[in-house]
Amino acid sequence: MNMQSLNLDKRSATTTQPPDVRVAEVPVAKLIDISKCIGCKACQVACMEWNDLRDEIGINVGSYENPRDLSAESWTVMRFAEYQRENGDMEWLIRKDGCMHCADPGCLKACPAPGAIVKYSNGVVDFISENCVGCGYCIAGCPFNVPRISSIDNKAYKCSLCSDRVSVGLEPACVKACPTGCIQFGSKVDMIARGKKRVGDLKERGVQTAALYDPPGVGGTHVMYVLPRGDAPERYSGLPADPSISPWVAVWKGVSKPLLSAGLGLAVLGAFFHFVTRGPKEEHADEEEEKQ
Amino acid sequence: MTATVRVTSKGVPRYSRNERVTHWIVTITFFLLALSGLAFFHPAFWPLTALLGGGVWSRILHPYIGIVMFLAFGLMGLRYWRENIIQPFDREWGKRLPDIINNRDEGLPEIDKYNLGQKQLFWAMVVTMLLLLASGVVLWRDLTAFPVAAIRIAAVVHALAAFVLMLGIIVHVYSAIFWVKGSMRAMTLGTVSRSWARHHHPLWYRRVAGKE
Repeated sequence: MNMQSLNLDKRSATTTQPPDVRVAEVPVAKLIDISKCIGCKACQVACMEWNDLRDEIGINVGSYENPRDLSAESWTVMRFAEYQRENGDMEWLIRKDGCMHCADPGCLKACPAPGAIVKYSNGVVDFISENCVGCGYCIAGCPFNVPRISSIDNKAYKCSLCSDRVSVGLEPACVKACPTGCIQFGSKVDMIARGKKRVGDLKERGVQTAALYDPPGVGGTHVMYVLPRGDAPERYSGLPADPSISPWVAVWKGVSKPLLSAGLGLAVLGAFFHFVTRGPKEEHADEEEEKQ
Repeated sequence: MTATVRVTSKGVPRYSRNERVTHWIVTITFFLLALSGLAFFHPAFWPLTALLGGGVWSRILHPYIGIVMFLAFGLMGLRYWRENIIQPFDREWGKRLPDIINNRDEGLPEIDKYNLGQKQLFWAMVVTMLLLLASGVVLWRDLTAFPVAAIRIAAVVHALAAFVLMLGIIVHVYSAIFWVKGSMRAMTLGTVSRSWARHHHPLWYRRVAGKE
């Protein structure tokens, strides 16, 4: 989704600060209170409606999950995990999956195409698909396994946090559609306050494991969860407990870029200065030499 | 390999027509790959994607060109590995490296068709080409689907192997074109002068000239 670009906090494959003069912009966040989610998938429907996406119609595989996974056409998916406690009780853990909009986005760090991924000043991480070359590095960079490459156009896609709606003061489509108030949207500060209050309420009512999920390993996220089982986020279909950008990606897209580039430049310079200081190994003409 | 070849007034034959064609296929594909690869490595090089027709075409073509380079280099590897086994006299030659760098070549130990630097480049190319192929296949999302953990490691391996290969090629190009005069014609005309052969590769010269 394209927006006026005076509010770019970060821009992929760009080594200088992109236009970011709108300092007064308020960081936003989506708060997903899992304790209120009934798994109705209204958010999934709203997402495909607003974004004009239609995934392939799948088949029932004995789970409520449909589609089974995120795709270029399904930017949000309800995941249903059945977890058996030690005492035999079952827990049905439902989670709305999709882009977490990291403050330090691994996708953006890995992307080689200038301007194919941007992070707006309000925190929304957006794919500018016309600049995307389809290499899939964003998938390697993402700690949450979110971006998907389209089989139609080979571009990467993911939840845009409805950047087009947010930019004109509307809430994302999933928030608008949620019937239980499980998905809320507002400033990040407000959402953290609301999430903490809800965690307090849950604890008071005996859910001692409740927690707000705003993982610091990626600088916090602009999509946060209230997790009743905040002590074990992995139970929610593999939500990572302490996500961060992989050290391999950090090396690949961090130190190695300037270091190896400089190394190559120095090698060329070294060769050049060897030539101007030492000169070539001259070749003697055969005839001349054989006369001696 | 050991057959005596005709040393004519035109010089000492060093590379056959087939060998030269293979070498230049590797050269051309290497430059296309290095430049398009750098474009994906650091944003400063991004404009180099224009070489293959833009970012998307670079992403599409780079792996196929890589396969061509690997196959062509494979032929070179099979042809030359025996002559690139490092011998005791190569090590002796290598000890004189400061003299060699300063162009004080008098009294260097006699060496065969390749010197220690050439042999080291050869083996570095063998290793980096294999690493580039293996990691490149993992990164080739158009045709393969590896787990993300493997893709992350492959990305680092690909970048490092490419870096080592490029360093080697910088030295190779400098030595062959600018430093050691008379080398270039081995890969263009196929021959070197008798003087060049005698100075830089005396054992090889006597072998091919039948002057054992």
